[in-house]
Amino acid sequence: MKRYRKTAPGLEESRLRQQALGVRLRQLFDEVVNEPVPEAFMQILERAERASGEG
Amino acid sequence: MPAGAAGGAGGTERDRLFREELLALIPQLRAFARTLCGDPTAADDLAQDAMLKAWDARGSFEMGTNMKAWTFMILRNQFYSEKRRSWRQSQLDQEVAERTLVAADDPEAPVALDELRQGLNMLPAEQREALILVGAGGFAYEEAAAICGCAVGTVKSRVSRARRALQEILERGDYTRDDASAGEAMATILAAADRLSTPR
Repeated sequence: MKRYRKTAPGLEESRLRQQALGVRLRQLFDEVVNEPVPEAFMQILERAERASGEG
Repeated sequence: MPAGAAGGAGGTERDRLFREELLALIPQLRAFARTLCGDPTAADDLAQDAMLKAWDARGSFEMGTNMKAWTFMILRNQFYSEKRRSWRQSQLDQEVAERTLVAADDPEAPVALDELRQGLNMLPAEQREALILVGAGGFAYEEAAAICGCAVGTVKSRVSRARRALQEILERGDYTRDDASAGEAMATILAAADRLSTPR
């Protein structure tokens, strides 16, 4: 229920810019998060598991 | 050989739960590693090392506590212990990053993720990681402080300095050769923010 006032365009703009930066930052991060995880991760973990099971 | 000791002594059930949770965190670990390393291959190596370290240290993890923060801390420590060994290398990387910026060549391109990535690379490492943890990783200041091994106030000031510096880098248009395209780029960013962060 927020209403934005037009009194301080400079402040408003810098707030918007910070918001924009935040959005882009999350995009940058999520871009990688959403990549399929390379097989190697699973293989390495399975190998470690087997080693600790036999150890 | 799945031993039938479900919930029993051997700790196998706990291992299974641990493994499940660890696997679910891998995409995030990869993303964090990518922001630290830049290079995707090196980042995946780092994430794999961290995953293995976490697995080996599973006995010391208290189930039910914040595994994400715990694994991020492991990954970060791993990164800095490697970095100490290859200090020269990282300085070179920095030079390459700066040269790449100057060479950025497409005046039409809006401030894209690539440019944000490069801008991030220009920040001091401790500011970059603070900003990523809080601004993208979804950590509270307190959690980020625990991950970085510093005071909460330190994280707060690093994040705000990082935001300001990054903003400046993008506004100065270090990626583009003329002011017009830098202005356009900012307009694109603002439009994106308007679209994506509609007030709830």
